[in-house]
Amino acid sequence: MGSIILYLAARYLMPLLMVFSVFLLIRGHNEIGGGFVGGLVAAAAFILYAIANNVQAARRILRVQPRTLVAAGLLVALLSGLIGWLSGKPFMTGLWLKDPLPVIGKIGTPLMFDVGVYLVVIGVTLLIIFTLAED
Amino acid sequence: MDIILPTAVLLLLILSALAPFIQQAQSQRAGWLMAILPAGLFLTLLGRLPAILAGQVFAYQLPWAERLGVTFSLYLDGLGLLFSLLILGIGALVLIYGGGYLHGHHQLGRFYAFILFFMAAMFGVVISDNALTLFVFWELTSISSFLLIGFDHEKEASRYAALQALLVTGGGGLAMLAGLVLLGQIGGSYEISQLNQLGDVLRNSPLFLPAFLLILAGALTKSAQYPFHFWLPGAMAAPTPVSAYLHSATMVKAGVYLLARLSPIFAGTAEWQVLVTGFGLATLLAGALLAIGQVDLKKLLAYTTVASLGTMVMLLGWGSDLTVKAAMLYLLAHALYKGALFLVAGAVDHETGSRDVSKLSGLRRSMPRTALAGGLAALSMAGLPPALGFIAKEVLYETTLAAQPVAGWLTAGALIGNAILVAVSGLVGLKPFIGKPGETPRHAHAAPLSLDLPPLLLASLGLLAGLMPMTLAAPLVQASAQAALLQPLKVKLALWHGLNPMLALSALTLALGAALYAGWRPVWELTARLRWLGRFGPAHAYQVGLENLRRFASWLTYRLQNGYLRFYLMTIILTTVALAGLAYLRGANEIILRNDWGTINFYEIVLGALIILAALTIIRTRSRLATIAIMGIVGYGLALIYLLYGAPDLAMIQFAIETLTVILFVLVVYRLPKFTRLTSPPARLADFLVAMTGGLLMTILTLIVTARPVVPHISEFFMQNALRLANGRNVVNVILVDFRAFDTLGEITVLALAGIGVYALIRLTIGRHEIIIPPAEKED
Repeated sequence: MGSIILYLAARYLMPLLMVFSVFLLIRGHNEIGGGFVGGLVAAAAFILYAIANNVQAARRILRVQPRTLVAAGLLVALLSGLIGWLSGKPFMTGLWLKDPLPVIGKIGTPLMFDVGVYLVVIGVTLLIIFTLAED
Repeated sequence: MDIILPTAVLLLLILSALAPFIQQAQSQRAGWLMAILPAGLFLTLLGRLPAILAGQVFAYQLPWAERLGVTFSLYLDGLGLLFSLLILGIGALVLIYGGGYLHGHHQLGRFYAFILFFMAAMFGVVISDNALTLFVFWELTSISSFLLIGFDHEKEASRYAALQALLVTGGGGLAMLAGLVLLGQIGGSYEISQLNQLGDVLRNSPLFLPAFLLILAGALTKSAQYPFHFWLPGAMAAPTPVSAYLHSATMVKAGVYLLARLSPIFAGTAEWQVLVTGFGLATLLAGALLAIGQVDLKKLLAYTTVASLGTMVMLLGWGSDLTVKAAMLYLLAHALYKGALFLVAGAVDHETGSRDVSKLSGLRRSMPRTALAGGLAALSMAGLPPALGFIAKEVLYETTLAAQPVAGWLTAGALIGNAILVAVSGLVGLKPFIGKPGETPRHAHAAPLSLDLPPLLLASLGLLAGLMPMTLAAPLVQASAQAALLQPLKVKLALWHGLNPMLALSALTLALGAALYAGWRPVWELTARLRWLGRFGPAHAYQVGLENLRRFASWLTYRLQNGYLRFYLMTIILTTVALAGLAYLRGANEIILRNDWGTINFYEIVLGALIILAALTIIRTRSRLATIAIMGIVGYGLALIYLLYGAPDLAMIQFAIETLTVILFVLVVYRLPKFTRLTSPPARLADFLVAMTGGLLMTILTLIVTARPVVPHISEFFMQNALRLANGRNVVNVILVDFRAFDTLGEITVLALAGIGVYALIRLTIGRHEIIIPPAEKED
């Protein structure tokens, strides 16, 4: 570690990768992409940062513990299913808002579910890799 | 619809959850305060007695899982009412008593919570109409019993007894579930009130006998019938109020309840009469005889409880109008006196520190109120007039004498049992209080009101009911017997029946019992010498069975989970090959190969050759880093194939995963030991064969699937409906997050667990230098 090129590259690539991962997540329902691959790209961004600097630095910019992300992701996915159930339909029924939002597009519980998948994937990947790298 | 029933269950559960906080806020009065709820419910239900006697039934229904036939349906009739009154009435007293008994105990709040939880569950059992609702409540009573027996969880004996009770009653409960489901399948309904009307249909089904035997297993284990009786004396490890409440007055009677409740279906069949009566008689004798060998107050009471439960089961098994009436009367009398005696034993234990009946004596001066309660309850247990126990015993003899052709056997059994009950009642209710004061670990002094009031109330109720049987006992007995028999019945009870054989038998019982009480010490010494017989008893069989089960489990675990990754892989591959191969061979399909391969492009050949070459190189490589790099080639090659054949989503994920895998390897590669060949050539040959069969299977499967779609392609449906039903054009994603979202939820949960598992393996390994010796080898 300690390569200046990698360090600078990581600094500029990181936000780009993050934007790309969110882009993948949101367009996933209609174009190529989705929560899973988005999560992998986001995780890769943090790992790149960790390699260029160190794991502590990557943990600092992540702000939360990876396992919190895992739990939050599972919770979001479960809640997205509960919304349908609470409105009297079967568990996991997809519900959509009528009017699409600017930039993001149509909003519905499947998107929320995909956000859950996205968070779980980031969390698990970083949990494993950070742990291995630190130990 | 009767809203009171579900509200009562709910209120009890809520109070259970609040109990620890109430205990913290009002540590002195918590028991008294919380007793208000069950006492109020008791009065509410008591107010319904006239309506129920007139034949009215209170019901409540809530749809639950209707497609499975599960409704949350409650139903209060005479039988349920008798049990509910016992559960709520004695429950209120036990809450008061528990506050005094466990005064200052740091987990008193937890005790209240468990007791109330049990109360809700047990109340649920006796008012359930749906068989599966009943099962749920039934299991909840087993669980709360487990928690209460193991209340002193720091003692190993408590934990052992709790587990034993749970395994025995839980095992029986599972058998009962199977039996109830069979009944429901035959009858087409899970409502017990409907099943009870379908007796003829059910009895003519070939599944009737299995259903009956399974349900019987549930009832016998729960009510501690021989040979499952051993968990009940073990359950005496619980605090005494728990023993009084669960293991004498209410929960152990759940089996009796079930038999009574289902008797319209079963009673009258030969199997029922022989088995139920037989088990009851065996239990009556076993419990009574085992009671002789005890000196512990609670053990004495526990074994006589077993005997009394046997009596009730025996009576229900015989199944005539008279015996059902006798069983209900006996149940009422038993709950009143046995609950009281347990509470008395607890008070004595609490104040003197001893439960050894051979050492306790002369406590009447220091504990006058307790002595009074003990004496009154013992009167009823001994079956002396004017207590309710006397009437119950007379009716018992009346029924056994009428039970032709086995009247002799049943009467003799009842006589032996009752004589021992007389002796034990003297030992428990009389002996500790009379004579000269003896030495006790703690200086005896009067118990507080909270310890004396509950047994006094119960015992004097038993006496009053004997004095005024037509007012206090007959209505309840009539209501419950009517409900069990499903026909109107007149119940007449009186203290004086005139000079008849029953009175003569009573006198004989009393004489025998008194003789046994007088000569108790030599008899006890005799039985002490017969202790070794216990080695052949069911309790020992349980212990041996459990030990062997554990040994087998650890052996199996060591075989399957031996810690070698390649062994796991081999197991998975071989199992898959065996199962898939077997399924394929059974279908007896010949392999149809696809003959139109279409145009094969040049780059496809190159890609395929590259992957194969890489795979072949890996097995020759001697460098770990090279292996990782070549694995990467295989992975990226696959990703390219996805891309070429129109699965960009998969390809993208594959690329990302390959990249992350390489990073993972880079992180761990420095920590791994030198890359050497450790396996011998024969082992490598075996590995080769396993790998080849695995590969072969996958190749064949791929060929079959591509050649001939076995199932109509579901992908058509997804293609057509993705946009219309799920607002998405990316079909893969729509499947993942909408059509099959439930699967995905499961998958991400597994992913999360795997992540936590890796974390635990790396971070939380305790004593990582310790070599774990497998249990099988430690034995030598």
